[in-house]
Amino acid sequence: MSRVAALEGRPPPAEAPRTLWRRLRESCFASIPNALATVVMLWLAAAFAGAAWRYLVTDGAWVAEDIRACVAKGGFCWAFLEDRWRQILFGTFPYDQQWRAALASLLFVGLIAATAWASLRGQARPRALAACWIAGIGAIAALMWGGVAGLAPVPSRLWSGLPLTLMLAAVGTGLAFVGGVLLALARREGPPLIRWLAVAYIEFFRGVPLISLLFVASILAPLLLPQGVEIDKLIRAQAAFAMFFAAYMAEAMRGGLQAIPDGQKQAAFALGLGFWRVQLLVVLPQALRLVIPSLVNIFIAAFKDTSLVIVIAMMDLLGTANIARADARWWGIYIEPYLFIGVIYLAFCTAMAAYARALERRLGQAARR
Amino acid sequence: MLSARQRWYLSQALAALLVLGFAWWLWGNLSANLERRALGLGFDFLAARASFEMGDNLLGYRAGESFFRAFAAGLVNTLLVAGLGIVLTFFVGLCVALMRLARNPLVSRAAWLYIELARNTPLLLQLLFWHQLVVRILPGPRQAIALPGAMFLSNRGLVLPVPTALDWPVALGAVALGLVVWRVLRGRGGALLGPLAGTLLFALFAAPTAWDMPALRGFNFRGGGTVVVEFFALLWALVFYQGAFAAETIRSGILGVPQGVEEAAVSLGLRRPARLRFITMPLALRIAIPPLASQAMSLTKNSSLAVAIGYPDLVRVSTVTISETGRAVECIVLILLVYLSLSLATAGLMNGWNARMAGRGA
Repeated sequence: MSRVAALEGRPPPAEAPRTLWRRLRESCFASIPNALATVVMLWLAAAFAGAAWRYLVTDGAWVAEDIRACVAKGGFCWAFLEDRWRQILFGTFPYDQQWRAALASLLFVGLIAATAWASLRGQARPRALAACWIAGIGAIAALMWGGVAGLAPVPSRLWSGLPLTLMLAAVGTGLAFVGGVLLALARREGPPLIRWLAVAYIEFFRGVPLISLLFVASILAPLLLPQGVEIDKLIRAQAAFAMFFAAYMAEAMRGGLQAIPDGQKQAAFALGLGFWRVQLLVVLPQALRLVIPSLVNIFIAAFKDTSLVIVIAMMDLLGTANIARADARWWGIYIEPYLFIGVIYLAFCTAMAAYARALERRLGQAARR
Repeated sequence: MLSARQRWYLSQALAALLVLGFAWWLWGNLSANLERRALGLGFDFLAARASFEMGDNLLGYRAGESFFRAFAAGLVNTLLVAGLGIVLTFFVGLCVALMRLARNPLVSRAAWLYIELARNTPLLLQLLFWHQLVVRILPGPRQAIALPGAMFLSNRGLVLPVPTALDWPVALGAVALGLVVWRVLRGRGGALLGPLAGTLLFALFAAPTAWDMPALRGFNFRGGGTVVVEFFALLWALVFYQGAFAAETIRSGILGVPQGVEEAAVSLGLRRPARLRFITMPLALRIAIPPLASQAMSLTKNSSLAVAIGYPDLVRVSTVTISETGRAVECIVLILLVYLSLSLATAGLMNGWNARMAGRGA
């Protein structure tokens, strides 16, 4: 007591200023093991940077006719990428029409970015966004299919590379989102039989690997449809994607629905709203805000998992990289194509992950307010 | 307007009708299509002889044995790579999580870099990359790297001696004894004495009397057993990819332990390693185990990507069987059922574990 009284009214003791030097000493040279770790890590980083510089720049083969010239240089084969980057990005899309595939990809990225930006700013106007998406998808379809406005028609089996990856991911998760919301509602609000069906669906699709569903789509689906009915393989794969990720979306949505207090629903019912209006106007908007970060994570997983379609002989970004690799002139090359598309995947996924984190921070601030 | 009660009945009746009708429609199409292709439906083909080779496997399946044994060997391969992968992933995740939480910013940044790289690129891309890397970097069989214990590493895989005569009951008894000693002497040196006792018993009574030694003949090895290079590529890729997820899960488990617990341990005079070992980790793992279990399951499902590099797992055996027999429906149903039961079993175990933990008031 007396000590507290003695200290009362005095300013806290001045802390030594947190200079850069002091912070460095505290974090990097606080103890002998710590200092050792610092030295080892610095040495590793320097060695790695040096090796990377040598491999990519000093020894890099900027001009080379084929793989042998690259091997002779001993470094990164830039010439391969210069020769093949269009094939890797757009695959079998007709060469002189590839500007259409490029434009479609840009449109996809633009739509996703616009949606993300609007919801991060908290100014999402669902109607305007939906209109943008419908117009955008229409434009993309026109660009890819052609046959309108003087564009030469391109059959969907020639679609490949980046546009295919983006389309599988965006359309697949878009459909999966709708399915996921319905499944989550069925599981939470439905009568016993419907609830049971939703649980069975979710547990089934979460319990099997995506690859097996792609086999179902490519091998089994033709057997399950009536004779004479043929559905494009692209659409079948797309449907398998949507059905698979709908189960994961449903689980994420369920978490959000559980977090909304029952009073919200009861109040809305008391105002005389029916079931669908209560869900659409009161429950879902609140639940959705809570689960957007986990939905973005599912989107990232879907974006990465589009690469599995190479197993059923479809040519997404990974598939086109494999085709470029198989060229006789570049036979045996693997680091360059894989690194190239790896960087593309990395750019997309880190951007989306950073977006999810920013959104989470914003939600955290909103909750604290 | 319908009353709520009528709607309750009507919606369920409609749902049942819809599902049953859809199933009936699919079944009708399927039987018509199979009839037109003169294919039956049934699992009797499993008893027929398979003509494909699979390489060395734990069940000892060879071409000419039944499809059933081929499937069993494929399942064992899947479980082997998944089981090893889960154990290794846990340790990688633990180490990376601790690195990520280290005070040293360089160590923490290095762990962060690994996590971001592994999580934000597709597993299949990583798998193909690592597979190409090991195939191209390792030398051919003639220049194989000789390892201690008469083992040879080449781009075909690891060739190692296998015992031709092994007393299985005694060998299993030795393993069981080791486990018992480990369990009984837990925390009193059991971690050391258990394996020691097991090894001793094994060496004394069950040591194989004859070995099949590998030797280079012509362009390849004869004798011994081979662990194909695809196995290592798959295992490495799975651990590399899933380790990043495990690290993030364990890290958030550690961060989930209340600050006060750590401070209480500090005031008791425990040093940092002891705090981590006896206070933080047990609590952190209690938080992290349920998500880790679902990651273990997704590792098992991801092991089906083996089909892309030709490692003979369950899915690969199925696709080969489909091309050999045309029994697509049965094979795909088999894959779905096996993975589904594995998932449900894991989920069941996890629910039991959670209930036990909740009972303890954790």
